[in-house]
Amino acid sequence: MGENLFTGIAAWMRTALLDIGTPPLLSEFIVLLVKLLAVIIFVSLNVLWLVYMERKVCAYIQCRIGPNRVGPKGLLQTVADVLKLLGKEIIVPRRVDKIVYLAAPLLVFVPPMMAFAVIPWGNGMAPVEMNIGIFYVLAVASLSTLIFWMGGWSSYNKYSLVGGMRVVAQMVSYELPLVLALLGVVMLAGTLNINDIVNAQRQVWFVFAQPLAFLIYLTAGISEVNRVPFDLVEGESEIIAGPYTEYSGMAYAMYMLAEYANMMVVACMATIMFLGGWLAPFGWTFLPSWFWFFIKVYALIFLFMWIRWTYPRIRVDQLMGFGWKVLVPLSLANIFVTGVGMYVYRAIGW
Amino acid sequence: MLSEWVGVLLFLVGGLAVGAGGILTAFLIAPRRRQGSKYEPYECGMETIGPTWVQFKTSYFLYALLFVIFDVETIYLYPWAVKFQSLGLFAFIEMIIFIFILVVGLWYAWKEGALEWK
Repeated sequence: MGENLFTGIAAWMRTALLDIGTPPLLSEFIVLLVKLLAVIIFVSLNVLWLVYMERKVCAYIQCRIGPNRVGPKGLLQTVADVLKLLGKEIIVPRRVDKIVYLAAPLLVFVPPMMAFAVIPWGNGMAPVEMNIGIFYVLAVASLSTLIFWMGGWSSYNKYSLVGGMRVVAQMVSYELPLVLALLGVVMLAGTLNINDIVNAQRQVWFVFAQPLAFLIYLTAGISEVNRVPFDLVEGESEIIAGPYTEYSGMAYAMYMLAEYANMMVVACMATIMFLGGWLAPFGWTFLPSWFWFFIKVYALIFLFMWIRWTYPRIRVDQLMGFGWKVLVPLSLANIFVTGVGMYVYRAIGW
Repeated sequence: MLSEWVGVLLFLVGGLAVGAGGILTAFLIAPRRRQGSKYEPYECGMETIGPTWVQFKTSYFLYALLFVIFDVETIYLYPWAVKFQSLGLFAFIEMIIFIFILVVGLWYAWKEGALEWK
């Protein structure tokens, strides 16, 4: 049911373009362009929905109702917010570094979009097939550190400076356990190709083979997207949204939307590496593969929101100590145990 | 067949277009009124004291240095992890040595107090 819906459309478009005499290279390019457009639309809609979902989840956790005025059940609340921000002045304070200050919100959507390029949204639905997919996503996703730092430094504002410093320190510290946790999965799968990693989980999801790595990845991932309990970077009550303090209007909205896009990247990666990507659990293939991927990603995102509205913020020294003294040694131990386990497993020859 | 990097480049441009689209539209339709102290740095109503771009707490830089060292080592671990299954005992012992080096590095940084937040 609908399994080949999107791959079918892509294949049909390719043949249709070839039929009307388009050169193969050009038709390939046009199909790629359509895929890009589809991803942009999908991601934008998701981000709008996620902002709404966050507010609703938060409201229900706090025994409130949440946005319920604009549109049915408040569904159009975020749309209205973005439209309002579109009509607000982008204030460029006097002493900021103008070029960097304006470049940061322009660039902020680039890392998540580039990561989305290789995410398989369903069976054979990765916009770009790449042999070193995992490595590529890790490399691209860590670029967002730089962009937050650009915003924090160029704002010429003390809150932003502290926020920018914290972004660099925090993202850099939690990048290590994140990367090391994925290493265990790469060892088991023996490949960096995202499709092959998903297919390697046909028997058992890697969350069961690498439970510790999964927990480390989730913790580090929440920290990478600067969410509670690791939201020292933004800390509304102490440094007034950190790097975004001086931003207003659409520039601010870009940051906020990109934050949710980054959250989607982390959830997608966790789904691919640990939860079997687009594979259906228990062989329940009555739902198409892209729908299973969607469900898993949203389950993880809901978990992130749940954590955000349940735990308080931790202190800076606790944050750094936890990253370097707990997560890094744990992830190194995980690699070691995985290696020994795999070697013993093969030596015994089960 | 197009190279995969064409796709990557296209998505880079796409990400840029999303940002540029929002900001440019806002520049076109949003009002601009130069007035009041709106263009001062935001600081809860107080005027800012002293320069902002100053030398900052060194702990941040220590973490950054540590990160560079460890990240480079992590990059070396990736090709090894991919080929781990086909390399046998050699790779296994090599892994123990490599992780040992990493752990010694971490232990040294820990001992020297680079991981303490002061």
